Amino acid sequence: MSAIAGHGAAVRVENCGKTFADGTRALEPATLDIARGETLVLLGPSGCGKTTMLRIIAGLELPDAGGKVLFDGRDMTSTPIEKRNVGMVFQSYALFPNMSVAENIGYGLKIRGVPADERAARVAELVTLTNITGLENRRIDQLSGGQRQRVALARAVAIRPGILLLDEPLTALDAALRDRLRGELNRLLRALGITAIYVTHDQAEAMELGDRVVVMRKGAIAQIGTPRDIYFAPQSRFVAEFIGAANIIEAPLDRGELVLPGGRLPIGGDASLPAAVAMIRPETIGIVDVGTAALTGIVDSVSFTGNRQRIVVSGVADKPLTVDAPNLVKAKAGDRIGLAISAEAIRLLPMED
Amino acid sequence: MSHRSFVWFCLLPLAVVTAAFFLLPMVRLVVTSADGPQGLAGYLAILTEPRYRATLINTVLLAAATTLVTLIVATIAGMFLQRHRFPGRAVLIAMLTFPLAFPGVVVGFMIILLAGRQGLIGDITKLLVGEKWVFAYSIYGLFLGYLYFSIPRVILTIMAAVQKLDVRLEEAARSLGASPWAVQRDVVLPALAPAFVASGAIAFATAMGAFGTAFTLATNIDVLPMLIYTEFTLAANFSISAALSVGLGVITWFILALARSFSGDAVAAAG
Repeated sequence: MSAIAGHGAAVRVENCGKTFADGTRALEPATLDIARGETLVLLGPSGCGKTTMLRIIAGLELPDAGGKVLFDGRDMTSTPIEKRNVGMVFQSYALFPNMSVAENIGYGLKIRGVPADERAARVAELVTLTNITGLENRRIDQLSGGQRQRVALARAVAIRPGILLLDEPLTALDAALRDRLRGELNRLLRALGITAIYVTHDQAEAMELGDRVVVMRKGAIAQIGTPRDIYFAPQSRFVAEFIGAANIIEAPLDRGELVLPGGRLPIGGDASLPAAVAMIRPETIGIVDVGTAALTGIVDSVSFTGNRQRIVVSGVADKPLTVDAPNLVKAKAGDRIGLAISAEAIRLLPMED
Repeated sequence: MSHRSFVWFCLLPLAVVTAAFFLLPMVRLVVTSADGPQGLAGYLAILTEPRYRATLINTVLLAAATTLVTLIVATIAGMFLQRHRFPGRAVLIAMLTFPLAFPGVVVGFMIILLAGRQGLIGDITKLLVGEKWVFAYSIYGLFLGYLYFSIPRVILTIMAAVQKLDVRLEEAARSLGASPWAVQRDVVLPALAPAFVASGAIAFATAMGAFGTAFTLATNIDVLPMLIYTEFTLAANFSISAALSVGLGVITWFILALARSFSGDAVAAAG
């Protein structure tokens, strides 16, 4: 492992925006600091600017005037990608079809003039690390999607990059394989101790892999935080709805309680406002006896998924509430149901959008 | 009419055309070539008779040089035209592909206008070095004519292939530290290999068999099509001209097959 483990570089993106030649603003000027060895995930729907940000860090795009990219404090803004020592994994993998698996992995080393025997040893090490033993002499078109992904990763880390850049590396795979590779990738990134910047639109991927997650929207950063931060304490309605499932309710406030059609709900936060937008995660809502419940509603639908069941309850708030309930709770459409929501489970959001 | 006989019925025109315009003349050509005083040994004469052999070598070398230079010029130009947008680009592409419409005679005529005795190059060199350069009627004039003839055909194929190149491959190579030269050598050119073979084959075959340009430039050029023409019309040597014709076809086909098998790996890998 020691032969492969890189010494990650710290990255600073300073005031980097991007306007394309046709006038499209892909990225509003943004500043980001990425610590040495950290895995930072850029998360957002398509067109949010996450890939543009990655390409600016890679050196494949120049930021608009005034923007700067620094690696370990050194200004890299005008350094082309081939001199930045970054490893890159593409969504399409971009493996060289005219080279074997081993030649692909060893390409960066060959370009650097590493002697053949040393190169072979490093390739062998990476082949073992990424679990593709036995495929060294295969052509790329003889590999499955998962194998290609591993080769692309091995090729990118072979050069001991200071920073590893991954652009939706798992998106092209089917769901089961994606889950497994996500776990493998996570272990590998931790083991290498490399600075990694990972672009995805999949929030589950972002949660599992990221030390910190940058949620992006329409070319701007919506929120930066740990996965727990952005899940439990979203700062905007967009982040609340984009990350996981969320019930967003709007209701008037009266003496520290939300006044809802189905009852009154005490909130923990600032009670002096006339009305509030609140977010409640479906799994934080409890099912209780109708007789003693502070909130009641009518079951609209129940979808049973085995380990859980998702119950949609109407008549509680301004719109139907989604509740993730344990699988043993008995409920069917039309039932009257009692709900319990603790003050800690309620997150007030700014009135916007 | 059953489905099967309907299909055969539809194939009938193709069969008639194939027989009338392809099989019969070919058979006739082979028969004629064996009909002369030397019989099938006429084929041997292509290689043993010094004049024929020299012509054959000349023709293959000329065609090979044309193919090589055409590929180099067309690749650089095609890559540039496909990757850059600039004012006048459409006009430039139209101009480059315009010669597609010209027959060999016109191309030969243009070469004479350029490098003939009254040609532009001659006038300019006379002014500059006091000596008139005239090469239209030599193998260089023919080479220039074939280039002019081949570049439009090749450039379109190359441009289509460049458009299909995966830019991510080039970006991946760059991220691994490859210089612009190394990216071309290791990624771009291998990916274009199938287009080189396809368009190079057309350029080569055209240069092997082109007649109009050679005929217009005439004088002291010996290429195979010209030789066939003189043997046929002036010497009335039917069997030898038939043998030369078949030989021209076989040699061209053989060299193309060779090129295809050499690049086979690259073609398969890029597919």
